[in-house]
Amino acid sequence: MHARADTAASWPEEIFSILQRFEVRQVPYVPDAGHSELIERVLGSSSMRGIALTTEEEGVALLAGAWAGGQRGALLMQSSGVGNCINMLSLVQIFRLPFLTLVTMRGEWGEFNPWQVPMGSNTQGILELSGIKVLRATRPDEVREVVEAGAAQAYNACTPTAVLLSQRLIGAKVFTK
Amino acid sequence: MSKANLLDRRAVVSELLRDRRGAFAVGGLGASTYDIAAAGDHDRNFYLWGGMGGAVMIGLGLSLAQPALPVVVITGDGEMLMGMGSLATVALQQPKNLSIIVLDNEAYGETGGQASHTGGTADLVGVAKACGIADSRSISTMAEVEAFASSLQDVTAGPRFASAKIDGANLERVLSSRDGTYIVNRIRGSIGHTPI
Repeated sequence: MHARADTAASWPEEIFSILQRFEVRQVPYVPDAGHSELIERVLGSSSMRGIALTTEEEGVALLAGAWAGGQRGALLMQSSGVGNCINMLSLVQIFRLPFLTLVTMRGEWGEFNPWQVPMGSNTQGILELSGIKVLRATRPDEVREVVEAGAAQAYNACTPTAVLLSQRLIGAKVFTK
Repeated sequence: MSKANLLDRRAVVSELLRDRRGAFAVGGLGASTYDIAAAGDHDRNFYLWGGMGGAVMIGLGLSLAQPALPVVVITGDGEMLMGMGSLATVALQQPKNLSIIVLDNEAYGETGGQASHTGGTADLVGVAKACGIADSRSISTMAEVEAFASSLQDVTAGPRFASAKIDGANLERVLSSRDGTYIVNRIRGSIGHTPI
């Protein structure tokens, strides 16, 4: 059982609008509580296809196929999923993909579960070592600007980009008995 | 170590692509990419030299983006085993234009022929079926390969999955381009997309 601290209701909606504006068509995801509102919007959308994955690396390969077929995509995952992607992220450099991923952070800012900390602490480093530019949004009022900048450089300049959505933004997961 | 009753991988792939028309062909890391190259270079060949376990997902992304064109993923048993979850992901999406065929030599041919799980206990056709790809079959004759080749042109009845037990002999490598950006941009060009 868990509950989330209150968050501004509008930032997932802002992300959805940005993805719409950039004509994103395929949205692979491994569910995360921090992405739940955005995932619901995507699944209810007529222009985007939400694609549930069994593991995050599938999403990297899916986006390579989508791009070859003329469609843009964005991968939604949690920080722990970045570790699952490492070898598959080779495709991003090899194909020079317009790669965008939105990563909800765990393992920081009041984390309860120590098991989230090692990967959460290494998420940014792993992405950068994999040739991906990293942007971060920490406050609700900066999400729109940061995601818009990330989408613009990913899609317009084929500059692979990850936007980290801080645990401070999402709210630390609260564990209760 | 060739056995008489097993299919020849080059003959299988050559038959699959002989009358491909507009089809995209995605090859897995390893010998299946050489088999596709051996069947003849083509604008719509998606050769993989890495990203092991990703072939089916690349095929899925392509098939969702281009639903009117057939997409065939031709990969090996080792590559398929590494991306087995992608069969569950494909089944959930039900792309009607996607066909997957595993060339199963029950071994990791690229690395010295070490035994793979399919020579022991793993049944990939069973996995695909259990994941929800209803049209999943074993192929053991060239007549069945021909039937699969013509069925992959039907973009209204997929997804479909097949596993063909092939001879494990290592054949001469036929090397395709290794330049990923070239490979992808050539595919994009073939469907009318210009470079950014």
